[in-house]
Amino acid sequence: MKAVDFDYARPASIGEACGLLAAGGDEAKIIAGGQTLVPLMAMRMARPALLVDINRIAELNGIESGSDYVTLRSCTRQAAALADETIRLRAPLLAKALRFVGHGQTRNRGTIGGSLANADPAAEIGLAALVLDARIEAHSATGRRQIPIAEFFIGPMMTALAPEECLTAIRLPLWQEPGRLGTGFQETSARRSDFALAAAAVQLILDTEGTCRRIALGVGGVGSVPLRIDAAMERLLGTRLDDDDIGDAARIVYRAIDPAPDLHASADYRRRLAASLVERALAEAKRDALARKA
Amino acid sequence: MSLHEITLTVNSAVHRGLVPARLSLVDFLREGLLLTGTHAGCEHGVCGACSILLDGVPMRSCLLFAVQADGCAITTVEGLAPGPEGLSVLQDSFWETHALQCGFCTPGMLIAAQALLQSTLTPSDEEIREAIGGNLCRCTGYKQIVDAVKLAADRLRGSNRAEGGVQP
Repeated sequence: MKAVDFDYARPASIGEACGLLAAGGDEAKIIAGGQTLVPLMAMRMARPALLVDINRIAELNGIESGSDYVTLRSCTRQAAALADETIRLRAPLLAKALRFVGHGQTRNRGTIGGSLANADPAAEIGLAALVLDARIEAHSATGRRQIPIAEFFIGPMMTALAPEECLTAIRLPLWQEPGRLGTGFQETSARRSDFALAAAAVQLILDTEGTCRRIALGVGGVGSVPLRIDAAMERLLGTRLDDDDIGDAARIVYRAIDPAPDLHASADYRRRLAASLVERALAEAKRDALARKA
Repeated sequence: MSLHEITLTVNSAVHRGLVPARLSLVDFLREGLLLTGTHAGCEHGVCGACSILLDGVPMRSCLLFAVQADGCAITTVEGLAPGPEGLSVLQDSFWETHALQCGFCTPGMLIAAQALLQSTLTPSDEEIREAIGGNLCRCTGYKQIVDAVKLAADRLRGSNRAEGGVQP
């Protein structure tokens, strides 16, 4: 369980990192927290010839709150985001998701951007980012671009990032509609802190009558990428999320997904689990919204 | 292969080394500095036996390359005891409650518990279980480990009252 030989560079700026990536081509890889990459290297499933360590690039660290967005720079530690007051108040769904990410010791080192760039289909941060319609910012030696999250995840451990690109930030748009915001995040894993067998994330806004005016809903761990289930969202919009509405939405999710079986859970178990978690996440989000003052 | 000069502080002593990039921090501690208290278990971040404090924060030393710790301050299990002959309050509490059998997970458990007790001396059972949730033990069943951390917290609260501050 030792990584193969590689070269190592520790750039001090985004520009320097992008230069190293451009020169290194496919053989160069970024290391941030290393909580996904280093195990892959130890098992020889990843064999980069050059590691570009972005941990000490100051401009890649921190959380900023704007009028329309919350921005998390990519090397922000998961533990720092979980403890952050801005995230708790303005991106509460991400705060709920972060509690399920690994455990304290891996959150102390693991980063927000690293989880997204590794694109594990069961990863919680990616699911929350999808439901919140995040934008991914990436830099390369030739410029920078924003990637809508809907186009970001391509498959298991695969993203729209080019080998010479560095994920530098994630922007979460704030929901500004009048009403009461509620969030729900539910997950089942074999052991606490383990990978999700399935997970469900919900954010919604209820008006003064308790009618759903906006909703986003997604599931993780049940496909090659995290999935938004638009048909379930449409079913719930304009309802008061009564038990029948929630039950229908869960059935839509059940029919919409096609999870693969593995050692830990059969396909049918995962599908039923995802539907149950959607019900629980919807109920949680509704309770959360109703508990707020209108 | 690239070789890198590193300088890091381990248990308050400054060490210099020339390390290949692929050398993990746990291997540097064990083989370079002969600090074999930190255990290399799974070597891919699952078991927690290699936990150390990096600048006071608990992490896996198998998921860090030694070169990445350049300039950092590290505490290993050897740095918890007040001296070569004594035990810290936390270590003595593990002894007292039989919180170890084979002992393989113990260094990591001690580091995880140390980090918890540095942040609170009134941890709930839930907080203790959360703090050691990333550390696998295959023999105690965990109960005695939770008991040990509670006992250590009790003792430290008592000594805080009496003497105004004692290290875990």
